[in-house]
Amino acid sequence: MTELVVSLAIGVLAGSGVWLLLRPRTFQVAVGLTLLSYAVNLFILAMGRLRVGAAPVVAAAASADPARYADPLPQALVLTAIVINFATTALLLVVLLASRGLTGTDHVDGEERSG
Amino acid sequence: MIAHDHLVIVPVVLPLAAGAIMLVIDERRLAVKAAISIGAALALVGVGLALIRIATPLGATVYRVGNWPAPFGIVLVLDRLSAVMVLLAAVLGVASLVFSLARWQRAGPRFHSLVQFLLMGVNGAFLTGDLFNLFVFFEVLLAASYGLALHGSGALRVRASLHYITMNLAASLLFLIGASLIYGATGTLNMADLAQRWRESLIGDRTLFEVGGAILGIAFLVKAGMWPLCFWLPGAYSAASAPAGALFAILTKVGVYAVLRTGTLFLGVEVAASPSPGTPWLVAAGMATLAFGTLGVLASQSLSRLASYSVLVSSGTLLAVIALGKPALTGAALYYLVVSTLALSAFFLLVELVERGRTPGADVLAVTAEAFGTEQQDDDEPTGIAIPAATALLGLAFASCAIMLAGLPPLAGFVGKFAMLHALLEPRPVPVTSWTMLALLVGSGFATIVAMGRAGVRRFWATPDMRAPRVRMVELIPIVVLLALCVGLTVQAGPSLRYLEQAAQMLHAPAAYVHGVLSAR
Repeated sequence: MTELVVSLAIGVLAGSGVWLLLRPRTFQVAVGLTLLSYAVNLFILAMGRLRVGAAPVVAAAASADPARYADPLPQALVLTAIVINFATTALLLVVLLASRGLTGTDHVDGEERSG
Repeated sequence: MIAHDHLVIVPVVLPLAAGAIMLVIDERRLAVKAAISIGAALALVGVGLALIRIATPLGATVYRVGNWPAPFGIVLVLDRLSAVMVLLAAVLGVASLVFSLARWQRAGPRFHSLVQFLLMGVNGAFLTGDLFNLFVFFEVLLAASYGLALHGSGALRVRASLHYITMNLAASLLFLIGASLIYGATGTLNMADLAQRWRESLIGDRTLFEVGGAILGIAFLVKAGMWPLCFWLPGAYSAASAPAGALFAILTKVGVYAVLRTGTLFLGVEVAASPSPGTPWLVAAGMATLAFGTLGVLASQSLSRLASYSVLVSSGTLLAVIALGKPALTGAALYYLVVSTLALSAFFLLVELVERGRTPGADVLAVTAEAFGTEQQDDDEPTGIAIPAATALLGLAFASCAIMLAGLPPLAGFVGKFAMLHALLEPRPVPVTSWTMLALLVGSGFATIVAMGRAGVRRFWATPDMRAPRVRMVELIPIVVLLALCVGLTVQAGPSLRYLEQAAQMLHAPAAYVHGVLSAR
């Protein structure tokens, strides 16, 4: 069940993200990239195998049986990826606003297509 | 661990520290910032030279960050290729920073910090031995490059940067998907560990791994500017300010480096025995990039676009030649990589100086006039005007760049191309791919000389009302130094080619790299 929900979530997010990325308005592109990055973040987490109720940190006293724990590495990776995506998307938003201010349009090419 | 072992991490830490310190210095104290920045970049050149001496012809020097053994901890790996690339990046950094002293450093905030962070990301990408850290360093260098692409602002730059940032954000997401697929299939991200598991067929799900590798490859190739993933490149590079463009000359090479590093680690051995499915495809794509770049060079009306398409020519040549996967060829390609990057960087700086003495839009008019035969005859112009010294120097530098990029004798571009052609014709009978590559290489050189010749004639001879551009010494020195380095590499072609051929042989025998990383204590 978890697998189905997670894969559906990734699929829907990625699909909407790609569609928005290909749109001509800058804000749509920014939202599309954000959705895509959500999909990718979930995907990274899924690549460490989906586990319910398993801790990623091995307790010091417990017997170190790896089967009882979730893979901590993708969780660390996803944290890095979230931070980086957040920062670069913020930068993109600034550029988007600058482009809107300088060209007077929110088209990605800085000019409206006639017709 | 003795002191000089720590030298491997200096190319990452030094620019980080310099860039961070400059963030807290007031923006008005540019002299202090420039001193710190150029000092750090010069120190990086010194470190690069030391690393070149440290890098042994056998195996790799491994630096364990955090002192954990290899597959678990993060490692930096130094071999001859990474040492050369780190030095190259540092040289470009110094040239671009010195050039910016004249006026570009005042064109926008935090210029020096951005350059240092870019150098940090580039150096980290060259040195890391871990896929996820490669991603992090790519992001560091990309984030800095976004800032540099916007440096100087203006509607054109903002629009070009918008495309550039969007394209690279999407490529970074592909990078993440590829890296996580590889992790999902293998449970490791250390490149040496991955290579060993690949070779010993310890990977459970090979298909998943190959898909991951393919997606990762697309992310690298977007950076390297492979056709058809390169449409963002000419716009972004030609809109960038001159010092930024000079630094961007190495960014595509980071993509090429990543392809070369992962390609040889995973495919290195198999290529000799049975051609892997990816390589002929990459040869064809490299050739397509070369052809596309050549057409672009011929069609360019402005010098900055000409420079950007020359970047594509260089990338395409490298990708195709590297993908052919022969050690001798790779060695020659590395030599070509170094000299073409130096020449491109000099050319990006030069373009700005040459264009300074001209009215905007003159290029388009000139080309239109040529095409429609409406050119006016300037018969009543006085002949034999004394050429001002600055124009003469710029013309000389322009001619040197043209010779370097086209690959004509006597400069290093010729040595690089000749070495590649020689290696292409080596095992008889020569396959069709090699003949095609040879024709494309010669053809692209011819096209470059035609385009550069036309542009040069227009700029320096056929412009009667050209005012001598006001050029300062600090702007000329970096160009002269970069071109002098090219001359130096021509004179010392023997030793440098030998060094790079050893680097290539190490790349094509990755067992030493893998063993070096995994057994590092």
